[in-house]
Amino acid sequence: MFQIRVHGRGGQGVVTATEMLSVAAFEEGRHAQAFPSFGSERTGAPVVAFCRLDDKEIRLREPIMEPDALIIQDPTLLHQIDVFSGLKPDGYVLLNSAHSFEQIGLGDLVKQHGHSKMSTLPATELGLKHVGRPIPNVPLIAGFAALSGMFKLESVVKAINEKFSGKVAAGNIAAATEAYELVKQQMEDRANA
Amino acid sequence: MLKQIEGSKAVAEAIALCRPEVICAYPISPQTHIVEALGEMVKSEKLTPCEFINVESEFAAMSVAIGSSAAGARSYTATASQGLLFMVEAVYNAAGLGLPIVMTVANRAIGAPINIWNDHSDSLSQRDSGWMQLFAETNQEAVDLHIQAFKLAEELSMPIMVCMDGFILTHAFERVDIPTQEQVDGYLPTFDPRQSLDPKEPISIGAMVGPEAFMEVKYLAHAKQMQALELIPQLAAEFKQQFGRESGGLVRTYRAEDAETMIVAMGSVLGTVKDTVDEMREQGHKIGVLGIISYRPFPLQEVRAALVNCKRFVVLEKSLAVGMGGIVATDVRMAVSGTGLKGFTAIAGLGGRNITKASLHKLFLEAEQEKLEPVTFVDLDWEVVNKQLEREKQNRHSGPIAENILYDKGMSTSAKFG
Repeated sequence: MFQIRVHGRGGQGVVTATEMLSVAAFEEGRHAQAFPSFGSERTGAPVVAFCRLDDKEIRLREPIMEPDALIIQDPTLLHQIDVFSGLKPDGYVLLNSAHSFEQIGLGDLVKQHGHSKMSTLPATELGLKHVGRPIPNVPLIAGFAALSGMFKLESVVKAINEKFSGKVAAGNIAAATEAYELVKQQMEDRANA
Repeated sequence: MLKQIEGSKAVAEAIALCRPEVICAYPISPQTHIVEALGEMVKSEKLTPCEFINVESEFAAMSVAIGSSAAGARSYTATASQGLLFMVEAVYNAAGLGLPIVMTVANRAIGAPINIWNDHSDSLSQRDSGWMQLFAETNQEAVDLHIQAFKLAEELSMPIMVCMDGFILTHAFERVDIPTQEQVDGYLPTFDPRQSLDPKEPISIGAMVGPEAFMEVKYLAHAKQMQALELIPQLAAEFKQQFGRESGGLVRTYRAEDAETMIVAMGSVLGTVKDTVDEMREQGHKIGVLGIISYRPFPLQEVRAALVNCKRFVVLEKSLAVGMGGIVATDVRMAVSGTGLKGFTAIAGLGGRNITKASLHKLFLEAEQEKLEPVTFVDLDWEVVNKQLEREKQNRHSGPIAENILYDKGMSTSAKFG
């Protein structure tokens, strides 16, 4: 079983992100379970949502306490809650930021987890550029597909088309594609460095 | 067709496939997404002919369902928690009148303290109302139970609640096989009511009944639920034939062969219980699971048969009979009376408290060693409980309990007492 925890704030599409991740996994024939942390969601309040992936039926209903991957939709959460709580030693981290981990003072974390499983992505900027709204969720799940190699971009695109239509879908697909390429490039640059 | 879909949406699709003619509902979390989706289907004429009635309260929702069902229309509603309590008078009436209404209960705790999260207090409070109650373990089962529920209710002319854990199931995206219209039509006949109001052939439904006949009418409600004990397994078998999968029935066991310790539970927590039991089986523990699907009628015989060969059992339940202990446990103990089996009650998950594999592991090991108290409160924070008890002992004006507990847990600055 592979477990992903997504942190963000109310209004950033955190719950939608996990739902779309589950749809992308389903498109690739896997079992997936997405669920929110069921708080009284308010705009701006910290929100957590979860996604489990497996090759067999998923029966477990507890929250994800030891994630294999973290997607952090808002870097300001780092000062507010322990988003890294329970993260597996070899876990993936994808952070929404236009800066590198070193630039925002998380250099030690990179040393622990290794560069190959960590990435930052200017997801808010990509949302603004392609969709006209500062919603980072879709770029981040596409970025996660590139970082982890667990999904194809086309599965993310299918999930986008299931959720949105028309111009919004097209914008999100453009944002997802650029995000995917950016993270893929990052990974290749690091591999070659 | 296999879909990766939200539980609420899947249930809405299943309801639509059952061709309801009247849907009346008042939105309340965590049931809202179900009736929203149905409302959209009616408006877009994807579900037709069907009248969606926006009502002003849950009391009105059940009252409208009573009226439409009595007029011979297949009627559906959904509710939860305080909403269910608000319609209680009409809930009893629907059962007393023998109207085959199907209602989803997206199980949620009852206040005060106000709480929107899952436990089973709401529908269990209606256990004696005359409604049947089936509990879904997964969203697939929630879909399947609704289809079976219409058939069961209409066959017996009695209402039924299909209970699914609020948020944990209603808001979870998982894989669900949504049947085709042809499959559902092949399983569920059109509604042929035993009684219906028709201006051409006027009758009355709902007579006042005095002491001379009241007991007989009530006994017949009981007799119908006893018939349901026969019918539920039959409908599950027919369902399997038509849809190709096991769903429903009265009870279901898991790894129960040679089990010395049995865990009894209802609803979605069974998934976490099964995962825990798998791990313990790997370590050599003789432990198994009994899932109860039909809470009303309560399958005394089947529960007894499933437990009679074990040495001890734990009823893990998301409900509390204040001043008594377990609600489900009381029924389970009645089922095994005279066997001398050791039974423990574990209250867990009230108001949405997470039920983790780690906690269950510990609980089941203690059960195996028979170290449990008769009633255990899983993951209760004794420190804050004892602090409040001490506060009440020391100070007559100890203040509001909920506020004090939140204060002690560092989650609020609103309390200042003691």
